[in-house]
Amino acid sequence: MNAIDNKWIGRRTIRPDGADKVTGRAGYAADNSMPGMIWGKVLRSPHPHAMIRGINTARAEALPGVKAVVTAKDIVDFPLDKSVMLGIQDMRWMCRNVMAREKALFHGHPVAAVAATTEEIAAEACKLIEVEYEVLPHVIEIEDAIMADAPILHDFLRHEGKPSNIAATMVNKLGDVDAGFAEADIIIERSFKTRPVHQGYIEPHACTVSCTADGKATIWSSSQGQFMVRAMTSLLTGIPQSNIRAIPAEIGGGFGAKTIIYLEPLAVLLSKKSGRPVKMVMSREEVFRGTGPTSGSMSTVKIGAKKDGTIVAAQGTFYLQAGGLPGSPLRGPVGCSFAPYDIPNVLSVGYDVVSNRSKVAAYRAPGAPLGAYATECVMDELAEALKIDPLELRLKNTARPGTKAAYGVVFGSITFEDTVKAIRNHPHYSAPLDRAPAKGVVRGRGVASGFWFNAAGESSAQVNITEDGNVTVTTGHPDVGGSRASIANVTAELLGIEHKRISVLIGDTASIGFSNLTGGSRVTFASAMVVTQSTEKVIGQLKERAARIWKIDPEAVVWSDGAARPAGANAGQFPPLTLKDLAAKANEMGGPIGAGIQLTTVGADPGFATHVVGVEVDVELGIVRVLRYTAAQDVGRALHPDYVEGQIQGGVVQGIGWALAEEYLFDKQGRLDNASFLDYRMPVCSDVPMIEPVVLEIPNPKHPQGVRGAGEAPIVPPLAAISNAVHDALGKRFYSLPMSPPKVLAALDG
Amino acid sequence: MSKLHVTTSINGEPVEFLCEADQSVLDVLRNTLGLTGSKEGCGTGDCGACSITLDGRLVCSCLVLAPEIEGRQITTIEGMAQGDHLHPLQQKFLEMAALQCGICTPGVLVAAKALLERNPDPSETDVRYWLAGNLCRCTGYDKIVRAVLETAADMRGAA
Ligand code: FES
Ligand code: FES
Repeated sequence: MNAIDNKWIGRRTIRPDGADKVTGRAGYAADNSMPGMIWGKVLRSPHPHAMIRGINTARAEALPGVKAVVTAKDIVDFPLDKSVMLGIQDMRWMCRNVMAREKALFHGHPVAAVAATTEEIAAEACKLIEVEYEVLPHVIEIEDAIMADAPILHDFLRHEGKPSNIAATMVNKLGDVDAGFAEADIIIERSFKTRPVHQGYIEPHACTVSCTADGKATIWSSSQGQFMVRAMTSLLTGIPQSNIRAIPAEIGGGFGAKTIIYLEPLAVLLSKKSGRPVKMVMSREEVFRGTGPTSGSMSTVKIGAKKDGTIVAAQGTFYLQAGGLPGSPLRGPVGCSFAPYDIPNVLSVGYDVVSNRSKVAAYRAPGAPLGAYATECVMDELAEALKIDPLELRLKNTARPGTKAAYGVVFGSITFEDTVKAIRNHPHYSAPLDRAPAKGVVRGRGVASGFWFNAAGESSAQVNITEDGNVTVTTGHPDVGGSRASIANVTAELLGIEHKRISVLIGDTASIGFSNLTGGSRVTFASAMVVTQSTEKVIGQLKERAARIWKIDPEAVVWSDGAARPAGANAGQFPPLTLKDLAAKANEMGGPIGAGIQLTTVGADPGFATHVVGVEVDVELGIVRVLRYTAAQDVGRALHPDYVEGQIQGGVVQGIGWALAEEYLFDKQGRLDNASFLDYRMPVCSDVPMIEPVVLEIPNPKHPQGVRGAGEAPIVPPLAAISNAVHDALGKRFYSLPMSPPKVLAALDG
Repeated sequence: MSKLHVTTSINGEPVEFLCEADQSVLDVLRNTLGLTGSKEGCGTGDCGACSITLDGRLVCSCLVLAPEIEGRQITTIEGMAQGDHLHPLQQKFLEMAALQCGICTPGVLVAAKALLERNPDPSETDVRYWLAGNLCRCTGYDKIVRAVLETAADMRGAA
């Protein structure tokens, strides 16, 4: 794909942390234990909405084996009238999410935590805590929560001057939509619904914490950012950051949801009170009830076009569930929905709606799939109505470098068009389609596109040359899916040595400079940038050492193929000095060799994806099966192609689950009805086909290796692509997800 | 209630432990014996992260009570490599990047090994249905299935 002649970048090397992970030795959050450790458990609200009038912990504290109990009064309060932000998180909501304060806002909301010598005693003690609740009427669904007579969750929230469950509004605007629609020959407007889906990481939240008598806390937990763990725990416990050391365990999946914390501050307070190390592990049921998911949504999208397919106006209205506390990912649908297209008039509005559900957490391209679902389904109807090939319609309206997006930017070197063409030219798109291969079975094909902002931000790296001439690289972001392998490839390339001579580590908060979250598709982009700059500094030092040994000017030394060499005949005749040679002489020639960089990286241009999917619908059983899936995306440069492909394949399959099976179901009492992997149906191996990634590598000019973020865009198109394929198969359109068998059967009967 | 004394074999080694009557094998492996390679994704038999073999049969260790393994043989992920020699499946998973976060990997490997011992020449469909009890949220299964099929082919070639 790429003309650059690289030795390591782009190679499918074995990841540095691989052997530990295939032998069961890698330490994930729940794998740690400490001498003298006790166990923490959380008491959760049995009501979806209730005032907490009082909590009596005396009986629990009296139970033999119980060492500490904490409630909201032990956690630093962030009063409702003053917002304190940590990144995109408002600490007013975070402090009430880790522990209910005035009110329990969802079934499963933590109200107290206990630490005891065994898990059983801790669980027993939770039952002895007496909580006086004043049960309030609850509301679960968006359509009910925005009614005038809905139970109001928070008195302080106002919408249009009145108490409301609408916590926030976001508007992106470009041109004049009314004027735009007036010019249109055709307008299509449709409304859509999606259900909340959980991120579904296989590793439940867990942590071990040790607080010492001198007020220092060590936290061992898995997250998408040890610095976020430190900062948030500090804010919620009042312990200064310098006294908290957050050690990143291996992370067993996060997909955005581990960019916030649940257990760590509770464990810190329990450990502080008890004077013992405390371990806390959530059950799967607690994960479903108390963490994530992403928002369910209600949207309306309207697109107006000329007869020739030129889009003249687009309007979107997106209502997103926030859960019990404000903060749904409005930016996703509001900013991403129309971003692939050059549309002169856009109005995109999002509403953040609270209801009595667990507070939503980020999930891969947060909110973007919801918006793309609506927009890309309307695009399909538009293409059908205008009798234009759906990919041609996209190409006709494609955003290009210089296009102004409704979310405010003028695009730089974007490559949406290339993803559409890659699918149009792919054999999958033109393969003959056997529409009715057997009795009761029909097939169809659908396409959709998607957009994600991508992110850059703060990152740190340290590159050190060991005394024996090998290399350690330390960065500050957890490796969720192979980023160590990419870093090893980059460092090996720059130094011109075998990648096996490089070990890549994730530093804890005391051993590496601040690094922002692993999220937003930023880690490979940002870490490759800081590792490159650090390694270049190291190479500068190596050249200087060689110059000193040769007694020539450092400018007259080059670094190539793992050794310092005289730049040319004029520089003198010297045999090359390898990394090993220079490391051996390090002490006499100026000391240890190593360099670090702490940087706010910039230049993460957005990511686009276009997908085609083939489905089969069993009309007797209502089952939709995905038969073939091809996903094109520009990733700039695939530092390690396997892990780029893996991001695409994994994101697509999560999208398949979202489209066809996954949903949060509530009973009349406001309790989640399907809080297990049995009843919350994520795709299993036999549900899906191979997923073919088409990885385009059009270098991002703002990155040393050309990297563009890759992890999130792949989950944006599948919802609409599959809906459009089901329509192609059945001739019926679905306007709500998931397209699960009961819904498909009902639609076929109707 | 006093604890039960259990004598069993884990990865070919004789092992004794004390447990409660209602403790799962997974709990004993992880919290009593320090064998944390088997993971707990659900505790209800739905994710396969805790997969082990019990007298050669693939089971979810979260669903087996610890006293039940008295006098029986179990193998876990910790018993898969021989010394510093990885099992061909482990090696292939590394070469083909069949893991991302790796939390499902021990269970998937134990399950895949059990498959290849029964069926050295599985089809893609065989692999997909056999591994249907092992949830992976990261990979979309593509590289896992390919790695299992390729290991099977290699092992047949070597046999
Ligand atoms: S932990 Fe045993 S199947 Fe999930
Ligand atoms: S690799 Fe993360 S769950 Fe399988």
